[in-house]
Amino acid sequence: MTSRRWSRALALALAAVLVATVSACGVTRDGGDPDNQRLRMMIPNSPGGGYDLTGRAAAQTMEQEGLTGRFEINNVIGASGTVAMQRLLNEEGSEDVMLLMGLGVVGAVFTNKSDATVDKATPIAGLVAEAEGILVPADSPFQTLDDLVQAWKADPRSITVGGGSSPGGPDHLFPMQLAQTVGIDPNDVNYISYDGGGPLTTALLGEKIDVGMSGLGEFAGQIESGELRVLAVSGAERLDTVDAPTLREGGVDMEFLNWRGILAPPGISEEARQELVDLVTEMHDTPEWEEALERNGWIDNFMVGQEFEDFLIEQNDRVESTLKELGLA
Amino acid sequence: MDLLLEGFATALTPTNLLFAVIGVLLGTAVGVLPGIGPAMTVALLLPVTYSVEPSSALIMFAGIYYGGMYGGSTTSILLNTPGESSSVVTALEGNKMAKKGRAAQALATAAIGSFVAGTIGTVLLVILAPNIADLVVKLGAPSYFAIMLLALFAVTAVLGTSKLRGFIALFLGLSIGLIGTTTGQARLTFGEAKLADGIDIVVVAVAIFAIGEALWVAAHLRRKPLDIIPVGQPWMSRSDWGRSWKPWLRGTAFGFPFGALPAGGAEVPTFLSYITERRLTKHPEEFGNGAIEGVAGPEAANNASAAGTLVPLLAIGLPTTATAAVILVAIQSYGLQPGPQFLDSNPELVWGLLASLFIANTLLLVINLPLAPVWAKLLQIPRPYLYAGILFFASLGAFSVNFDAFDLALLGVLGLLGLAMRRFGLPVLPLIIGVILGPRVENQLAEALAISQGDVSTLWSEPVAVVVYVVMALLLVGTIVAGRRAGAAAPGPEKKEEVSA
Repeated sequence: MTSRRWSRALALALAAVLVATVSACGVTRDGGDPDNQRLRMMIPNSPGGGYDLTGRAAAQTMEQEGLTGRFEINNVIGASGTVAMQRLLNEEGSEDVMLLMGLGVVGAVFTNKSDATVDKATPIAGLVAEAEGILVPADSPFQTLDDLVQAWKADPRSITVGGGSSPGGPDHLFPMQLAQTVGIDPNDVNYISYDGGGPLTTALLGEKIDVGMSGLGEFAGQIESGELRVLAVSGAERLDTVDAPTLREGGVDMEFLNWRGILAPPGISEEARQELVDLVTEMHDTPEWEEALERNGWIDNFMVGQEFEDFLIEQNDRVESTLKELGLA
Repeated sequence: MDLLLEGFATALTPTNLLFAVIGVLLGTAVGVLPGIGPAMTVALLLPVTYSVEPSSALIMFAGIYYGGMYGGSTTSILLNTPGESSSVVTALEGNKMAKKGRAAQALATAAIGSFVAGTIGTVLLVILAPNIADLVVKLGAPSYFAIMLLALFAVTAVLGTSKLRGFIALFLGLSIGLIGTTTGQARLTFGEAKLADGIDIVVVAVAIFAIGEALWVAAHLRRKPLDIIPVGQPWMSRSDWGRSWKPWLRGTAFGFPFGALPAGGAEVPTFLSYITERRLTKHPEEFGNGAIEGVAGPEAANNASAAGTLVPLLAIGLPTTATAAVILVAIQSYGLQPGPQFLDSNPELVWGLLASLFIANTLLLVINLPLAPVWAKLLQIPRPYLYAGILFFASLGAFSVNFDAFDLALLGVLGLLGLAMRRFGLPVLPLIIGVILGPRVENQLAEALAISQGDVSTLWSEPVAVVVYVVMALLLVGTIVAGRRAGAAAPGPEKKEEVSA
């Protein structure tokens, strides 16, 4: 390692220390150049999670490419994003704040019986998406998606389906919509909710459940070593990293993506909205963002304006109807 | 062995040593602050991985992890304000020791115990990582349910002299543990989304311990003068050593396996260790008034569990705690994948990390031990200022989690509960255990029954579960027999009530 890279790393580490201590003291603004545009970004889960990685990657790209001034990033944790969503709506008219959110937040506001639904906010842009995978342990009798679907249809309750999210989250919505598509009543799906990828891996490796549904990033090691098998991936196309067919190739006509995007508070001016849209668009066109997509294995799901607004409403309605059928919304 | 020596060669380069120092200092700092934990710190430092070599970054993260376990105990002992959930139990005896002028000894036994446990844990990690990882995934919800039930059973030992007050405290704790929507059904959330994830154990402990006590002291300020905290010896005496070494080893024995188990964690072994020491001690009268065993055991247990956590992480890529999960993200951001082949394909990285754990442990001892008498002087600050500082510190910690005034209100309400508990003589430990264990017992039971679709026989379908139930039955019979004997000699209602629990 060259000494320059090294000192940069050290500076970064020290900066992070400072951020940690300074933010702990509740002092988050330190004056600075008044010409610099300052923006706030809320992230609806804890550091290290999917939203956090996406939000911080986006903020870092915008800062480093000089598209904007410093970002103040705030992890607003609670009820799978419902708290953050509520806070965004409370900031009505604030033109300097955005919320990084996604499919899980859409579902969480319904399962938490909150009024803070995503269609009340100002849509800015869709950013990334991740496909879900259908995982079974190496010794599982299911070799193909069709094996699973046949057994599932024959006796829905006998198949235990695990996922890394609570009801309303992507790993829960995916098996429910899959069940609906193949003609199983979602109320008959025996879904076991695990607290993230780690416990789900344990349950799969220990063969406590029959099948797991989750984003595949956290399982790469077990997939590579052959301890877990991927029956199908949920996107429109196969993944580069995993040798598994799509749902369509496996005979089920559906697509499912766990997407993430950016919202702004309601009641902001048209100029402010356009400014944010332009900012995110510029960010999307940088090589650094492309690198971030590749590094994290994210699918580019960029959309703005009417396209994203329609997408958001379509997702909101679809999630609501799925959860209503389950009595969860 | 050769591999480990090569690992030391990796870890002892000036660069990596510097990262280890940064890691342990940072870890100690965040361990001290309630609210900010090692998991969040590592996550905030993730961008570092883009420009630093994998071994350096991992060495720093491991230092943060171990340092956090050390730092949490310092404020527990001095200020009755636990920085981490795993040092909540330390506050029970540790703070009492501090008030008797034995803060330096409490800090020292915590530091040395952490060192001993961390070192033994790391040795076990080196020996066991390649072998036992596959076994831990075999334990399912029925086994965990049995283990948690056994732990809850052990609570009866610490209910205090009045069983009624003990059970009131336990049920208060279980009720606080019910808050949230984790079961899919909102319970005791009063329609408030901020309560949906339940109340963090650190917030509960800080409120009950620190705020409750500050209010209590304030309420009595005018009526009676404050006791002066005596100035004690700066170092551990011979008898302190004699009373500490066994709890260190027993704490390690509790901590390591719980850390290695996917649903084990660091909290349960700390209070199992506490209960064990309380039962085995030759100085039962000191428990509740500052027994050194009650600090030595739990502190060893939490560090050993940190080492145990790395077993499944390195061997099969399985994170069992929040910090381990973020470290896994860091490893993956280098395109590396912990798993069965990880030890073989990246020996330099893995053995460098293991060697750096020994180094981090030594650094922490070197930094913390001389500081113990210095920290202890903090208690010489006049009481009103000291309590003002504690209140500030506790509020800061609670606020910094979410930057939300709601958490401060929560802290205040629970602080009033702490005051009331002191007023009516309710013991604190059963409440804390209720908050920790209640949700876990329930989750494991719910998971087991969901998988078996309501078939109760699943609960004894795993060998480990059966063994645990047999142990519980033996303990039960043992207490009945002991109770009868005691009853024959002298009327002893206490033991009998224990059985009915």
